[in-house]
Amino acid sequence: MNSEIPPAAGAVDRLIQELNRLPGVGPKSAQRLAYHLLRASDEQTKMLADAILSVKQKTKLCSTCFNITDTDPCPICRNQQRDLTKVCVVEQPQDILALEHTKSYNGLYHVLHGAISPTEGIGTNDIRINELMERLKGSSVTEVILATNPTLEGEQTAMYLNKLITPLGIRVTRLARGLPFGTELEYADDVTLTRAIEGRQEF
Amino acid sequence: MPKPRTYQTEAIIIKKTKLGEAGRILTLYTPHLGKIQAVAKGVRRPRSKMAGHLELLTHSQIALARGRNIDTITGTQTINGFLPLKSDLELSACALYATELVNQFAADDVEDYPVFQLLLVTLQRLSQRENSDLVLRYFELQLLNAVGYRPQLEQCVACRKPLKETTNAFCPGAGGMLCSSCRPTQPFAYPLSWEAQKALRLLQGGDYESVSRMTLTPELSHQLEVVIRNYIRYLLERDLKSAAWLDALKAQSGQANLSPTAPT
Ligand SMILES: [Zn+2]
Ligand SMILES: [Zn+2]
Repeated sequence: MNSEIPPAAGAVDRLIQELNRLPGVGPKSAQRLAYHLLRASDEQTKMLADAILSVKQKTKLCSTCFNITDTDPCPICRNQQRDLTKVCVVEQPQDILALEHTKSYNGLYHVLHGAISPTEGIGTNDIRINELMERLKGSSVTEVILATNPTLEGEQTAMYLNKLITPLGIRVTRLARGLPFGTELEYADDVTLTRAIEGRQEF
Repeated sequence: MPKPRTYQTEAIIIKKTKLGEAGRILTLYTPHLGKIQAVAKGVRRPRSKMAGHLELLTHSQIALARGRNIDTITGTQTINGFLPLKSDLELSACALYATELVNQFAADDVEDYPVFQLLLVTLQRLSQRENSDLVLRYFELQLLNAVGYRPQLEQCVACRKPLKETTNAFCPGAGGMLCSSCRPTQPFAYPLSWEAQKALRLLQGGDYESVSRMTLTPELSHQLEVVIRNYIRYLLERDLKSAAWLDALKAQSGQANLSPTAPT
């Protein structure tokens, strides 16, 4: 069936299909993007294609914090201005982007690349826990901030790490768990509300 | 007669899988619809009003809209969030094991009210910090009763004679105990002390009051865990993923108790 489609239309079709696979891109948006690219200059499309290719070819994981990076160590680990005594543990590289965007944290990071999920068979050896422990031993780190997601998996991972790290004499803290900004109290679940009450602070 | 487009049910959330950018597919265990799957849109976004009510190990009231392939969750309210379970590593591991077992044994869309009640009461007992070994062993045997795999513990499965009050053998393939004369006919059978057989009968009997007064020595507890685990593995033809995590945590806390605190 594909052989009957003229080559040009086939190429557009292929592009639409590939775009459609991207998260958040439905068939309509894929079509719109494809026709936009068709009209764009050669230079523009080449830049996009290069960017897509190099994201796979040139990026690797930082051997210290396991963030995605072009250089090893990554810019955050190399930055002399950052506070070497703090490590913030996150589930995925995107979480670093979110925290960096706040500009309210100046320490280092550690990306686990997942969370402990017993029913999915994801255990402690499937995420970068051993690497974190190796990194902490004999380091100048005095505080580990657990910033795993407030889901059951994230909580379990945080509890597990707390058990491992506390005996090293390093202070372990957890991101405050409470009401997300912009939500209404009446919709909050019991677990979130209980923790919000327990974690209340002086005004 | 067409079914109404929306409906409500109580449910315990027993499994979740990511769907697209911000959604999840949830497996719910309900009192009257059995095990069902439903889509929860947007629950992975921080502003989701439903996320906390749809976390694993939560008992919630859920409103759903029927879809062509899968129903969509439109509203939810927690009945019991089981906070003590979620704040304790070992207890959440125990509870996840119980939910995985229900998920494995339950067929889709088949009402089984006793199983719902059993799971609910098991989560309650775990969150009240009752002896988690007893709670889980009782849960396992009661679940096996409910789903039709009640092991035969009173008489020999081969010759049907009542068992003598001595070490006999448990044979997963035969679904119960073998007496000493029949045991050689079956290659895969585990010896089980009389004490362990008595404990299994009590657990199977269904009187939780008496069960909760049992004292388990670590050896007996381990024997029971192994024999039931092997039977379940035989029935499901696979290992339970959450059992490995439970074992890992146990091994670790065992180590921690034995070795003195590391110098700092
Ligand atoms: Zn780095
Ligand atoms: Zn016999």
